[in-house]
Amino acid sequence: MDLSFLFNDYVMQVTTNTGINIIMVLGLNLITGVTGQLSLGHAAFMSIGAYSSAILSTSLGAPFIVSLVTGTLTGAIFGAILGIPILRLRGDYLAISTLGFGEIIRVILLNTDLVGGALGIYNIPDSTNIYIVFIAVAFAIFFMYRLEKSRHGMAIKSIREDEIASEMMGINIARYKIISFTIGSGFAALGGTLYAHFMTYINPVDFGFMKSIEQLCMLVLGGMGSIFGAVAGTIVLSTIPEFLRFASEYRMLTYGIVLILMMIFRPQGLFGKIKVNV
Amino acid sequence: MLKLKSIHTKYGNIEALKGIDLNVKEGEIVTIIGGNGAGKTTTLNTISGILKPVAGEIHFLNKDITQWKADKIVAEGLIQVPEGRQVFPNLTVYENLILGAYLQKDKIKVSKKMEYVFDIFPRLKEREKQLGGTLSGGEQQMLAIGRALMAEPVLLLLDEPSLGLAPIVVQNIFKIIQDINKTGTTILIVEQNAHMALSIANRGYVIETGKIVLEDDAKKLLTNDEVRKAYLGG
Repeated sequence: MDLSFLFNDYVMQVTTNTGINIIMVLGLNLITGVTGQLSLGHAAFMSIGAYSSAILSTSLGAPFIVSLVTGTLTGAIFGAILGIPILRLRGDYLAISTLGFGEIIRVILLNTDLVGGALGIYNIPDSTNIYIVFIAVAFAIFFMYRLEKSRHGMAIKSIREDEIASEMMGINIARYKIISFTIGSGFAALGGTLYAHFMTYINPVDFGFMKSIEQLCMLVLGGMGSIFGAVAGTIVLSTIPEFLRFASEYRMLTYGIVLILMMIFRPQGLFGKIKVNV
Repeated sequence: MLKLKSIHTKYGNIEALKGIDLNVKEGEIVTIIGGNGAGKTTTLNTISGILKPVAGEIHFLNKDITQWKADKIVAEGLIQVPEGRQVFPNLTVYENLILGAYLQKDKIKVSKKMEYVFDIFPRLKEREKQLGGTLSGGEQQMLAIGRALMAEPVLLLLDEPSLGLAPIVVQNIFKIIQDINKTGTTILIVEQNAHMALSIANRGYVIETGKIVLEDDAKKLLTNDEVRKAYLGG
């Protein structure tokens, strides 16, 4: 059997892209699926990682590993700074604030000449390859798995289940929400960093509201609160559009239908065990 | 052990507690009875730090805990069993109990505590791997109490443990509450089921529209004419 198709550029590209999405969706799963805090601005943290690392790699000529780590940490720090005020909000209010934050970041990037404005940043070194993405995905899965099984992970889950009861057990819910938001944002930024060095060109349009929604769709499809679900949902939604290329114009339509059917017949997602009310 | 001095608590502009004075002594079972919206749950939530009073003082074990955060109060051994059996529905019985002992980092102590809880509630042992949300009402109440016991309470606050349970289950739960009290845990219990609560309590308070209107030995309250008319069905 001829397996060489596995190694052609096209497949490599789709696989790398899927891997990057998995990392970001795992971050979103921690915030929304495990902690129960609906975020509609996940792409903003992806853009923070992408831009900060891209600037380091291009203007400052930093080695990839430095850009990677700095980009990730910058995203996490922004997550903490944003998380402290807005995690006091719940449900719709939190969702709207994260959405607003996402738009603010995008508009700032669009209007800052220092980061290329609407042109974005180009000539970013193509340091991301499939092996690095593999390692990053493996790390993300391992990290999330260990976190969920730990005492801290249990505490975080209890916040999703019932905030008041969780507080009555002596759990500092404000602190855990911020920790979870910080880590989740960090993974979004890690994905963004890999994305920038994979595409070699980024501009604000890549990180709009639709990107955040796309990531949320992947999570919802796979099953909120489940690592396996997050990975599966991302793989399905990252590759389906490729198979539907022949129907080019109707791609998004099919995408929408899949999600609607999902909501009707399996609201907990493909592999989720729980229905999350966010 | 626990002392409230003219506690006032507000929800926005609405004053739910208008000066509550109350005290609980070590080893006692004390009950607060009153109708819907009288301020029973608000009183408990204020004690456990979920709500902050706008005026007044709360002392627990000779410490002023009025402005403490909920998690710090739990660490002192003041544990609340929330109203309506708020168990964690998507976590197993085992995980629910483990979370009760969240502040206890010593694993051996935690597993000993779990054995103790399974001793009191053998039903929970049978359902160890089941999700909290799939238990029956009575079992969920047992789980909520068991989870609170995992935290090693010095003072246990119970918010309407009889709510929505069949009479036979209520009797069983109250029997267990008495047993827990006998092992040295002080209990403050808030109830609409005045008869049941007063029959196991040492002392009782009657609360109406945010104020304590009556305070006496539980036995005397049971025979008090006003209480009989208002809460015990004549």
